[in-house]
Amino acid sequence: MAVSRTIETPDIDDLLAVKPTPRKHVLDLDDFSREEIEEVLESARSMKEVLGRDIKKVPALRGKVIVTLFYEASTRTRMSFEEAGKVLSADVINMSASGSSAEKGESLLNTGLTIQAMGIDTIVLRHPHSGAPYLLAQHLNKVSVINAGDGLHAHPTQALLDLYTVQDKLGSGARGSLEGLKVVIVGDVLHSRVARSNIWGFAKMGAKVVLSGPATLMPPDLLRSSKRIARSQFASLVDVDTNLDRAIEGADVVMALRLQKERQNAGFLPSVREYIRRWQITDDRLAKAKPGALVMHPGPMNEGIEISSSIAHGGSSVIEEQVTNGVAVRMALLFQLTTGPGQ
Amino acid sequence: MNPEDVRRALARVAHEILERNRGAADLVIVGIHTRGVHLARRIAANLAEFEGVAVPVATLDVSLYRDDNRGRAQVKLKPTDIPMGIQGKRVILVDDVLYTGRTIRAAMDALVDLGRPQQIQLAILLDRGHRELPIRADYVGQNLPTSIHERVKVRLVETDGIDEVALIFEDDFQEERAPLDNSDTGTDTDGADE
Repeated sequence: MAVSRTIETPDIDDLLAVKPTPRKHVLDLDDFSREEIEEVLESARSMKEVLGRDIKKVPALRGKVIVTLFYEASTRTRMSFEEAGKVLSADVINMSASGSSAEKGESLLNTGLTIQAMGIDTIVLRHPHSGAPYLLAQHLNKVSVINAGDGLHAHPTQALLDLYTVQDKLGSGARGSLEGLKVVIVGDVLHSRVARSNIWGFAKMGAKVVLSGPATLMPPDLLRSSKRIARSQFASLVDVDTNLDRAIEGADVVMALRLQKERQNAGFLPSVREYIRRWQITDDRLAKAKPGALVMHPGPMNEGIEISSSIAHGGSSVIEEQVTNGVAVRMALLFQLTTGPGQ
Repeated sequence: MNPEDVRRALARVAHEILERNRGAADLVIVGIHTRGVHLARRIAANLAEFEGVAVPVATLDVSLYRDDNRGRAQVKLKPTDIPMGIQGKRVILVDDVLYTGRTIRAAMDALVDLGRPQQIQLAILLDRGHRELPIRADYVGQNLPTSIHERVKVRLVETDGIDEVALIFEDDFQEERAPLDNSDTGTDTDGADE
Protein backbone atom coordinates (compact mmCIF):
# COMPACT_ATOMS: atom_id res chain seq x y z
CA MET A 1 0.00 0.00 0.00
CA ALA A 2 1.28 3.41 -0.86
CA VAL A 3 1.55 5.08 2.47
CA SER A 4 2.47 8.65 1.97
CA ARG A 5 2.64 11.39 -0.53
CA THR A 6 6.18 12.40 -1.30
CA ILE A 7 7.19 15.72 0.17
CA GLU A 8 10.50 16.07 -1.62
CA THR A 9 10.88 18.83 -4.12
CA PRO A 10 13.72 20.58 -5.87
CA ASP A 11 12.91 24.04 -4.65
CA ILE A 12 11.54 24.98 -1.28
CA ASP A 13 10.36 28.39 -2.40
CA ASP A 14 8.12 26.97 -5.10
CA LEU A 15 6.83 24.44 -2.64
CA LEU A 16 5.94 26.87 0.09
CA ALA A 17 4.74 29.72 -2.10
CA VAL A 18 1.00 29.88 -2.63
CA LYS A 19 -0.86 32.40 -4.70
CA PRO A 20 -3.58 34.12 -2.70
CA THR A 21 -7.09 33.27 -3.81
CA PRO A 22 -10.32 33.51 -1.87
CA ARG A 23 -10.58 30.29 0.04
CA LYS A 24 -13.57 27.99 -0.39
CA HIS A 25 -12.28 24.75 1.10
CA VAL A 26 -9.79 23.70 3.76
CA LEU A 27 -8.31 20.43 2.54
CA ASP A 28 -4.68 20.53 3.69
CA LEU A 29 -2.11 23.16 4.59
CA ASP A 30 -0.13 22.67 1.37
CA ASP A 31 -2.20 25.35 -0.38
CA PHE A 32 -2.01 27.82 2.51
CA SER A 33 0.49 30.65 2.29
CA ARG A 34 2.37 31.65 5.39
CA GLU A 35 0.40 34.91 5.44
CA GLU A 36 -2.89 33.04 5.32
CA ILE A 37 -1.85 30.78 8.18
CA GLU A 38 -0.87 33.85 10.18
CA GLU A 39 -4.27 35.41 9.46
CA VAL A 40 -6.10 32.31 10.63
CA LEU A 41 -4.04 32.27 13.84
CA GLU A 42 -4.73 35.96 14.40
CA SER A 43 -8.48 35.45 13.92
CA ALA A 44 -8.30 32.49 16.28
CA ARG A 45 -6.95 34.82 18.95
CA SER A 46 -10.12 36.92 18.68
CA MET A 47 -12.20 33.75 18.77
CA LYS A 48 -10.45 32.63 21.94
CA GLU A 49 -11.51 35.90 23.53
CA VAL A 50 -15.11 34.99 22.68
CA LEU A 51 -14.63 31.55 24.27
CA GLY A 52 -13.43 33.24 27.46
CA ARG A 53 -16.62 35.27 27.89
CA ASP A 54 -19.44 34.56 30.31
CA ILE A 55 -21.81 34.37 27.37
CA LYS A 56 -20.08 32.32 24.70
CA LYS A 57 -22.18 33.28 21.70
CA VAL A 58 -21.74 35.67 18.79
CA PRO A 59 -24.15 35.98 15.85
CA ALA A 60 -21.53 35.78 13.08
CA LEU A 61 -22.85 32.61 11.39
CA ARG A 62 -26.52 32.99 12.16
CA GLY A 63 -28.59 31.18 9.57
CA LYS A 64 -25.67 29.07 8.36
CA VAL A 65 -25.87 25.30 8.50
CA ILE A 66 -22.85 23.07 9.07
CA VAL A 67 -22.87 19.29 8.72
CA THR A 68 -20.25 17.20 10.42
CA LEU A 69 -20.05 14.08 8.27
CA PHE A 70 -17.92 11.47 10.01
CA TYR A 71 -17.12 8.08 8.52
CA GLU A 72 -14.65 7.38 11.34
CA ALA A 73 -14.82 7.47 15.10
CA SER A 74 -13.94 10.79 16.70
CA THR A 75 -14.83 12.61 19.85
CA ARG A 76 -12.70 15.70 20.17
CA THR A 77 -12.57 16.81 16.55
CA ARG A 78 -16.28 16.42 16.09
CA MET A 79 -17.20 18.06 19.38
CA SER A 80 -14.72 20.81 18.69
CA PHE A 81 -16.31 21.62 15.33
CA GLU A 82 -19.76 21.40 16.84
CA GLU A 83 -18.90 23.79 19.62
CA ALA A 84 -17.13 26.14 17.19
CA GLY A 85 -20.19 26.26 14.96
CA LYS A 86 -22.61 26.75 17.82
CA VAL A 87 -20.63 29.54 19.50
CA LEU A 88 -20.79 31.35 16.15
CA SER A 89 -24.58 30.76 16.06
CA ALA A 90 -24.53 28.35 13.11
CA ASP A 91 -26.82 25.34 13.17
CA VAL A 92 -24.81 22.15 13.35
CA ILE A 93 -26.09 18.79 12.15
CA ASN A 94 -24.10 15.72 13.12
CA MET A 95 -24.11 12.81 10.75
CA SER A 96 -22.27 9.52 11.15
CA ALA A 97 -21.78 6.78 8.65
CA SER A 98 -23.32 4.33 11.05
CA GLY A 99 -27.06 4.77 11.18
CA SER A 100 -27.15 6.74 7.91
CA SER A 101 -27.73 5.84 4.28
CA ALA A 102 -24.03 5.06 4.01
CA GLU A 103 -24.92 1.76 5.63
CA LYS A 104 -27.35 1.13 2.81
CA GLY A 105 -24.52 1.61 0.37
CA GLU A 106 -24.89 5.25 -0.60
CA SER A 107 -21.65 6.60 -2.03
CA LEU A 108 -19.79 9.51 -0.47
CA LEU A 109 -20.46 11.63 -3.52
CA ASN A 110 -24.19 10.99 -3.48
CA THR A 111 -24.32 11.74 0.23
CA GLY A 112 -22.49 14.99 -0.53
CA LEU A 113 -24.91 15.90 -3.32
CA THR A 114 -27.83 15.21 -1.00
CA ILE A 115 -26.34 17.48 1.65
CA GLN A 116 -25.76 20.19 -0.95
CA ALA A 117 -29.34 19.89 -2.17
CA MET A 118 -30.51 20.58 1.36
CA GLY A 119 -28.83 23.96 1.23
CA ILE A 120 -26.09 23.20 3.72
CA ASP A 121 -23.25 25.74 3.73
CA THR A 122 -20.30 23.75 5.06
CA ILE A 123 -19.43 20.07 5.25
CA VAL A 124 -16.87 18.97 7.82
CA LEU A 125 -15.71 15.58 6.59
CA ARG A 126 -13.78 12.83 8.28
CA HIS A 127 -13.15 9.79 6.13
CA PRO A 128 -10.88 6.73 6.31
CA HIS A 129 -9.78 7.17 2.69
CA SER A 130 -7.08 9.66 1.80
CA GLY A 131 -8.38 12.23 -0.63
CA ALA A 132 -12.09 11.84 0.13
CA PRO A 133 -12.58 15.58 0.91
CA TYR A 134 -11.00 16.44 -2.45
CA LEU A 135 -13.63 14.37 -4.20
CA LEU A 136 -16.40 16.33 -2.51
CA ALA A 137 -14.69 19.67 -3.07
CA GLN A 138 -14.29 18.87 -6.74
CA HIS A 139 -17.92 17.97 -7.32
CA LEU A 140 -19.88 20.19 -4.97
CA ASN A 141 -19.96 23.78 -6.17
CA LYS A 142 -22.14 25.39 -3.51
CA VAL A 143 -20.71 23.88 -0.36
CA SER A 144 -17.44 24.52 1.46
CA VAL A 145 -15.57 21.39 2.52
CA ILE A 146 -13.34 21.22 5.58
CA ASN A 147 -11.12 18.18 5.96
CA ALA A 148 -11.37 16.85 9.50
CA GLY A 149 -8.97 14.00 8.76
CA ASP A 150 -8.73 11.85 5.62
CA GLY A 151 -7.04 8.47 5.81
CA LEU A 152 -3.29 8.79 6.17
CA HIS A 153 -3.21 12.06 4.32
CA ALA A 154 -4.05 15.22 6.21
CA HIS A 155 -5.65 16.79 9.25
CA PRO A 156 -5.22 20.50 8.59
CA THR A 157 -7.31 21.85 11.47
CA GLN A 158 -5.24 19.82 13.94
CA ALA A 159 -2.06 21.28 12.46
CA LEU A 160 -3.45 24.81 12.70
CA LEU A 161 -4.37 24.36 16.35
CA ASP A 162 -0.89 22.97 17.00
CA LEU A 163 0.64 26.01 15.30
CA TYR A 164 -1.60 28.28 17.35
CA THR A 165 -0.62 26.57 20.59
CA VAL A 166 3.09 26.84 19.83
CA GLN A 167 2.75 30.45 18.69
CA ASP A 168 0.79 31.28 21.83
CA LYS A 169 3.49 29.84 24.07
CA LEU A 170 6.75 30.38 22.21
CA GLY A 171 6.09 32.82 19.37
CA SER A 172 8.51 35.72 19.18
CA GLY A 173 7.87 39.27 18.07
CA ALA A 174 4.59 41.02 17.37
CA ARG A 175 3.47 38.44 14.83
CA GLY A 176 4.46 35.48 17.02
CA SER A 177 7.10 34.13 14.67
CA LEU A 178 7.95 30.42 14.82
CA GLU A 179 11.12 31.01 12.78
CA GLY A 180 13.95 28.72 13.84
CA LEU A 181 12.05 26.66 16.42
CA LYS A 182 12.93 22.95 16.54
CA VAL A 183 9.88 20.70 16.48
CA VAL A 184 10.37 16.98 17.09
CA ILE A 185 7.50 14.72 16.02
CA VAL A 186 7.83 11.30 17.61
CA GLY A 187 6.19 8.00 16.79
CA ASP A 188 4.12 6.53 13.99
CA VAL A 189 4.69 9.23 11.36
CA LEU A 190 4.00 6.70 8.61
CA HIS A 191 0.31 6.38 9.47
CA SER A 192 -0.15 9.89 10.84
CA ARG A 193 -2.19 12.50 8.98
CA VAL A 194 -1.53 14.81 11.92
CA ALA A 195 2.21 14.61 11.32
CA ARG A 196 1.84 15.18 7.61
CA SER A 197 -0.23 18.36 8.00
CA ASN A 198 2.04 19.57 10.79
CA ILE A 199 5.10 19.18 8.57
CA TRP A 200 3.50 21.51 6.04
CA GLY A 201 2.40 23.94 8.71
CA PHE A 202 5.61 24.19 10.69
CA ALA A 203 7.76 24.26 7.55
CA LYS A 204 5.73 27.13 6.12
CA MET A 205 6.08 29.03 9.37
CA GLY A 206 9.86 28.65 9.28
CA ALA A 207 10.28 26.06 12.04
CA LYS A 208 12.59 23.07 11.69
CA VAL A 209 10.84 19.69 11.87
CA VAL A 210 12.61 16.51 12.99
CA LEU A 211 10.81 13.17 12.73
CA SER A 212 11.75 10.39 15.12
CA GLY A 213 10.50 6.89 15.76
CA PRO A 214 11.05 3.30 14.61
CA ALA A 215 12.42 3.19 11.06
CA THR A 216 9.50 0.96 10.10
CA LEU A 217 7.12 3.77 11.00
CA MET A 218 8.90 6.54 9.09
CA PRO A 219 7.68 7.49 5.59
CA PRO A 220 9.94 5.30 3.41
CA ASP A 221 10.37 7.94 0.74
CA LEU A 222 11.83 10.28 3.31
CA LEU A 223 14.21 7.65 4.62
CA ARG A 224 15.20 6.15 1.31
CA SER A 225 15.76 9.38 -0.51
CA SER A 226 17.21 11.25 2.41
CA LYS A 227 20.61 11.35 0.74
CA ARG A 228 19.25 12.33 -2.62
CA ILE A 229 17.26 15.26 -1.29
CA ALA A 230 19.90 16.24 1.23
CA ARG A 231 20.91 19.16 -0.94
CA SER A 232 17.39 20.48 -1.39
CA GLN A 233 16.18 23.15 0.96
CA PHE A 234 13.22 21.09 2.07
CA ALA A 235 15.60 18.59 3.65
CA SER A 236 16.92 21.40 5.78
CA LEU A 237 13.40 21.79 7.19
CA VAL A 238 12.47 18.13 7.65
CA ASP A 239 14.98 15.71 9.11
CA VAL A 240 14.61 12.10 10.16
CA ASP A 241 16.50 10.73 13.13
CA THR A 242 15.37 7.39 14.51
CA ASN A 243 17.45 7.94 17.66
CA LEU A 244 15.09 9.97 19.85
CA ASP A 245 17.71 10.70 22.51
CA ARG A 246 19.71 12.49 19.83
CA ALA A 247 16.73 14.01 18.00
CA ILE A 248 15.25 15.59 21.12
CA GLU A 249 18.39 17.57 21.98
CA GLY A 250 17.63 21.28 21.98
CA ALA A 251 14.00 20.76 20.92
CA ASP A 252 11.51 23.59 21.53
CA VAL A 253 8.49 21.37 20.92
CA VAL A 254 8.11 17.61 21.36
CA MET A 255 5.00 16.15 19.80
CA ALA A 256 4.10 12.54 20.57
CA LEU A 257 1.85 10.67 18.15
CA ARG A 258 -0.54 7.95 19.18
CA LEU A 259 0.79 4.43 18.68
CA GLN A 260 -2.23 2.69 17.24
CA LYS A 261 -2.64 -0.75 18.77
CA GLU A 262 -3.24 -2.44 15.44
CA ARG A 263 0.30 -1.52 14.34
CA GLN A 264 1.77 -3.85 16.94
CA ASN A 265 0.27 -6.88 15.24
CA ALA A 266 1.11 -5.80 11.71
CA GLY A 267 4.85 -6.34 12.01
CA PHE A 268 5.83 -2.71 12.37
CA LEU A 269 7.18 -3.19 15.90
CA PRO A 270 9.04 -6.03 17.57
CA SER A 271 7.21 -5.24 20.81
CA VAL A 272 5.51 -2.42 22.61
CA ARG A 273 8.12 -2.73 25.35
CA GLU A 274 10.85 -1.89 22.92
CA TYR A 275 8.86 1.11 21.65
CA ILE A 276 8.40 2.33 25.21
CA ARG A 277 12.08 1.92 25.98
CA ARG A 278 13.31 3.82 22.93
CA TRP A 279 10.61 6.30 22.00
CA GLN A 280 8.40 7.08 24.98
CA ILE A 281 8.49 10.74 26.02
CA THR A 282 9.80 10.58 29.58
CA ASP A 283 11.16 13.04 32.11
CA ASP A 284 14.71 11.86 31.38
CA ARG A 285 14.31 12.38 27.66
CA LEU A 286 12.55 15.74 28.01
CA ALA A 287 15.46 16.96 30.14
CA LYS A 288 17.56 16.91 26.94
CA ALA A 289 15.18 19.31 25.19
CA LYS A 290 15.40 23.06 25.67
CA PRO A 291 14.30 24.34 29.08
CA GLY A 292 10.65 25.31 28.80
CA ALA A 293 10.06 22.99 25.85
CA LEU A 294 6.42 22.14 25.14
CA VAL A 295 5.02 18.61 25.05
CA MET A 296 2.09 18.10 22.70
CA HIS A 297 -0.15 15.21 21.72
CA PRO A 298 -3.05 15.25 19.25
CA GLY A 299 -4.99 12.75 21.35
CA PRO A 300 -6.34 10.33 22.21
CA MET A 301 -3.33 9.34 24.31
CA ASN A 302 -2.06 5.92 25.26
CA GLU A 303 -0.53 6.97 28.53
CA GLY A 304 2.41 4.78 29.42
CA ILE A 305 3.12 3.91 25.79
CA GLU A 306 4.06 6.91 23.66
CA ILE A 307 4.05 9.29 26.60
CA SER A 308 4.60 8.77 30.31
CA SER A 309 1.82 9.82 32.67
CA SER A 310 4.02 12.27 34.53
CA ILE A 311 4.83 14.07 31.27
CA ALA A 312 1.27 13.95 29.95
CA HIS A 313 -0.01 15.76 33.02
CA GLY A 314 3.18 17.63 33.91
CA GLY A 315 4.10 21.27 33.66
CA SER A 316 5.48 21.03 30.12
CA SER A 317 2.32 19.52 28.71
CA VAL A 318 0.04 21.78 26.67
CA ILE A 319 -2.24 18.93 25.67
CA GLU A 320 -5.35 20.43 27.26
CA GLU A 321 -4.60 23.84 25.77
CA GLN A 322 -4.46 22.17 22.37
CA VAL A 323 -8.07 21.12 22.85
CA THR A 324 -9.21 24.61 23.88
CA ASN A 325 -7.30 26.20 21.01
CA GLY A 326 -8.84 23.71 18.60
CA VAL A 327 -12.26 25.27 19.11
CA ALA A 328 -10.90 28.79 18.50
CA VAL A 329 -9.02 27.78 15.34
CA ARG A 330 -12.06 25.99 13.92
CA MET A 331 -14.21 29.04 14.66
CA ALA A 332 -11.72 31.16 12.72
CA LEU A 333 -11.87 28.81 9.73
CA LEU A 334 -15.66 28.51 9.73
CA PHE A 335 -15.96 32.30 9.87
CA GLN A 336 -13.39 32.82 7.15
CA LEU A 337 -15.13 30.42 4.76
CA THR A 338 -18.42 32.29 4.98
CA THR A 339 -17.10 35.81 4.47
CA GLY A 340 -15.19 37.43 1.69
CA PRO A 341 -15.87 38.08 -1.97
CA GLY A 342 -17.67 35.36 -3.83
CA GLN A 343 -19.41 33.96 -0.80
CA MET B 1 -10.20 68.59 7.89
CA ASN B 2 -6.53 69.27 8.35
CA PRO B 3 -4.43 68.09 11.31
CA GLU B 4 -5.26 71.23 13.34
CA ASP B 5 -8.99 70.75 12.71
CA VAL B 6 -8.76 67.15 13.88
CA ARG B 7 -6.85 68.17 17.01
CA ARG B 8 -9.36 70.90 17.91
CA ALA B 9 -12.34 68.66 17.21
CA LEU B 10 -11.00 65.93 19.50
CA ALA B 11 -10.24 68.50 22.22
CA ARG B 12 -13.79 69.81 22.02
CA VAL B 13 -15.24 66.29 22.08
CA ALA B 14 -13.21 65.54 25.22
CA HIS B 15 -14.54 68.69 26.90
CA GLU B 16 -18.10 67.80 25.92
CA ILE B 17 -17.68 64.31 27.36
CA LEU B 18 -16.52 65.80 30.67
CA GLU B 19 -19.32 68.35 30.70
CA ARG B 20 -22.08 65.91 29.93
CA ASN B 21 -20.86 63.22 32.36
CA ARG B 22 -19.83 65.74 35.05
CA GLY B 23 -16.31 64.45 35.15
CA ALA B 24 -14.81 61.16 34.11
CA ALA B 25 -16.01 58.81 36.84
CA ASP B 26 -17.06 55.34 35.61
CA LEU B 27 -16.16 56.17 32.03
CA VAL B 28 -14.72 53.56 29.67
CA ILE B 29 -13.68 54.61 26.18
CA VAL B 30 -14.19 51.88 23.62
CA GLY B 31 -12.63 52.34 20.19
CA ILE B 32 -13.93 50.44 17.19
CA HIS B 33 -11.14 48.97 15.04
CA THR B 34 -9.17 50.32 13.33
CA ARG B 35 -9.22 54.10 13.42
CA GLY B 36 -11.72 54.33 16.24
CA VAL B 37 -9.11 52.75 18.50
CA HIS B 38 -6.58 55.48 17.75
CA LEU B 39 -9.19 58.20 18.19
CA ALA B 40 -10.22 56.62 21.51
CA ARG B 41 -6.62 56.79 22.73
CA ARG B 42 -6.35 60.45 21.73
CA ILE B 43 -9.59 61.33 23.48
CA ALA B 44 -8.37 59.51 26.59
CA ALA B 45 -5.11 61.48 26.41
CA ASN B 46 -7.12 64.70 26.22
CA LEU B 47 -9.21 63.69 29.23
CA ALA B 48 -6.03 62.95 31.16
CA GLU B 49 -4.68 66.37 30.24
CA PHE B 50 -7.85 68.36 30.99
CA GLU B 51 -9.06 66.53 34.08
CA GLY B 52 -5.98 64.69 35.34
CA VAL B 53 -7.70 61.33 35.33
CA ALA B 54 -6.73 58.12 33.54
CA VAL B 55 -9.80 56.85 31.71
CA PRO B 56 -9.47 53.22 30.60
CA VAL B 57 -9.40 52.57 26.85
CA ALA B 58 -10.71 49.33 25.35
CA THR B 59 -10.86 48.00 21.80
CA LEU B 60 -13.76 46.39 20.00
CA ASP B 61 -13.93 44.41 16.77
CA VAL B 62 -17.48 44.24 15.45
CA SER B 63 -16.92 41.84 12.54
CA LEU B 64 -18.65 38.96 14.32
CA TYR B 65 -21.75 41.12 14.73
CA ARG B 66 -22.06 42.67 11.27
CA ASP B 67 -25.01 41.91 9.04
CA ASP B 68 -23.03 42.61 5.89
CA ASN B 69 -19.91 40.45 6.01
CA ARG B 70 -20.91 38.48 2.96
CA GLY B 71 -19.41 39.83 -0.23
CA ARG B 72 -16.99 42.11 1.60
CA ALA B 73 -13.29 41.81 1.20
CA GLN B 74 -11.89 39.06 3.42
CA VAL B 75 -12.62 40.02 6.99
CA LYS B 76 -9.62 40.19 9.29
CA LEU B 77 -10.53 39.93 12.93
CA LYS B 78 -8.76 42.25 15.33
CA PRO B 79 -8.58 41.87 19.08
CA THR B 80 -11.51 42.79 21.28
CA ASP B 81 -9.86 43.75 24.53
CA ILE B 82 -12.00 45.11 27.35
CA PRO B 83 -10.05 44.06 30.46
CA MET B 84 -11.88 46.41 32.83
CA GLY B 85 -15.33 45.19 31.78
CA ILE B 86 -18.27 47.44 31.03
CA GLN B 87 -20.74 46.31 33.69
CA GLY B 88 -22.37 49.44 35.13
CA LYS B 89 -19.96 51.77 33.27
CA ARG B 90 -20.64 54.73 31.03
CA VAL B 91 -19.25 53.55 27.70
CA ILE B 92 -18.09 56.12 25.17
CA LEU B 93 -18.05 54.33 21.84
CA VAL B 94 -15.61 55.91 19.37
CA ASP B 95 -15.40 55.54 15.60
CA ASP B 96 -14.05 57.63 12.76
CA VAL B 97 -17.00 57.98 10.37
CA LEU B 98 -20.71 57.68 11.03
CA TYR B 99 -22.54 56.76 7.82
CA THR B 100 -25.24 54.09 7.59
CA GLY B 101 -25.12 53.35 11.33
CA ARG B 102 -24.67 49.62 10.79
CA THR B 103 -21.25 49.51 12.40
CA ILE B 104 -22.63 51.19 15.51
CA ARG B 105 -25.59 48.80 15.60
CA ALA B 106 -23.13 45.89 15.50
CA ALA B 107 -20.96 47.54 18.16
CA MET B 108 -23.90 47.97 20.53
CA ASP B 109 -24.87 44.32 20.07
CA ALA B 110 -21.28 43.34 20.84
CA LEU B 111 -21.18 45.53 23.94
CA VAL B 112 -24.36 44.19 25.48
CA ASP B 113 -22.99 40.67 25.05
CA LEU B 114 -20.06 41.70 27.22
CA GLY B 115 -22.05 43.14 30.10
CA ARG B 116 -24.69 45.69 30.97
CA PRO B 117 -23.30 49.20 30.69
CA GLN B 118 -25.14 51.95 32.51
CA GLN B 119 -25.06 54.01 29.35
CA ILE B 120 -23.61 53.93 25.86
CA GLN B 121 -22.69 57.24 24.24
CA LEU B 122 -21.29 57.68 20.75
CA ALA B 123 -18.37 59.89 19.72
CA ILE B 124 -17.62 60.31 16.01
CA LEU B 125 -14.94 62.30 14.22
CA LEU B 126 -17.02 62.78 11.09
CA ASP B 127 -20.75 62.45 10.49
CA ARG B 128 -21.47 62.22 6.80
CA GLY B 129 -25.19 61.50 7.00
CA HIS B 130 -27.18 58.88 5.03
CA ARG B 131 -28.23 56.86 8.05
CA GLU B 132 -30.00 53.55 7.43
CA LEU B 133 -30.78 52.97 11.11
CA PRO B 134 -32.15 55.25 13.85
CA ILE B 135 -28.76 56.07 15.33
CA ARG B 136 -27.18 59.44 16.12
CA ALA B 137 -23.91 60.54 17.67
CA ASP B 138 -23.65 62.27 21.05
CA TYR B 139 -20.34 63.91 20.17
CA VAL B 140 -19.46 64.92 16.62
CA GLY B 141 -16.08 66.23 15.46
CA GLN B 142 -17.53 67.59 12.27
CA ASN B 143 -20.75 67.26 10.29
CA LEU B 144 -20.00 66.86 6.60
CA PRO B 145 -23.02 66.66 4.31
CA THR B 146 -22.07 64.37 1.44
CA SER B 147 -23.58 62.92 -1.66
CA ILE B 148 -24.13 59.20 -1.55
CA HIS B 149 -21.88 58.98 -4.59
CA GLU B 150 -18.96 60.46 -2.72
CA ARG B 151 -16.67 58.47 -0.48
CA VAL B 152 -15.07 59.76 2.67
CA LYS B 153 -11.62 58.71 3.75
CA VAL B 154 -10.32 59.48 7.23
CA ARG B 155 -6.56 59.25 7.56
CA LEU B 156 -4.80 59.31 10.90
CA VAL B 157 -1.15 59.66 11.81
CA GLU B 158 -1.14 56.25 13.49
CA THR B 159 -2.31 54.35 10.42
CA ASP B 160 -1.73 56.62 7.44
CA GLY B 161 1.02 59.02 8.48
CA ILE B 162 -1.18 62.14 8.39
CA ASP B 163 -4.36 63.48 10.00
CA GLU B 164 -6.89 64.43 7.35
CA VAL B 165 -10.35 63.84 6.05
CA ALA B 166 -10.60 63.55 2.31
CA LEU B 167 -13.67 63.53 0.13
CA ILE B 168 -13.25 61.22 -2.82
CA PHE B 169 -15.60 61.04 -5.74
CA GLU B 170 -16.83 57.62 -6.65
CA ASP B 171 -14.78 57.40 -9.87
CA ASP B 172 -11.52 58.23 -8.12
CA PHE B 173 -12.42 55.92 -5.28
CA GLN B 174 -13.07 53.02 -7.58
CA GLU B 175 -9.70 53.59 -9.11
CA GLU B 176 -8.01 53.70 -5.76
CA ARG B 177 -9.67 50.54 -4.56
CA ALA B 178 -9.93 48.70 -7.83
CA PRO B 179 -7.35 46.02 -7.02
CA LEU B 180 -9.21 45.04 -3.87
CA ASP B 181 -12.85 44.83 -4.74
CA ASN B 182 -14.65 47.14 -7.10
CA SER B 183 -18.09 45.69 -6.56
CA ASP B 184 -18.19 47.12 -3.05
CA THR B 185 -20.76 49.86 -2.89
CA GLY B 186 -20.94 51.25 0.56
CA THR B 187 -20.00 49.09 3.49
CA ASP B 188 -16.27 49.16 3.65
CA THR B 189 -14.73 49.39 7.11
CA ASP B 190 -11.18 50.43 6.92
CA GLY B 191 -11.33 54.16 7.33
CA ALA B 192 -13.42 54.75 4.28
CA ASP B 193 -16.89 55.45 5.56
CA GLU B 194 -17.91 52.86 8.10
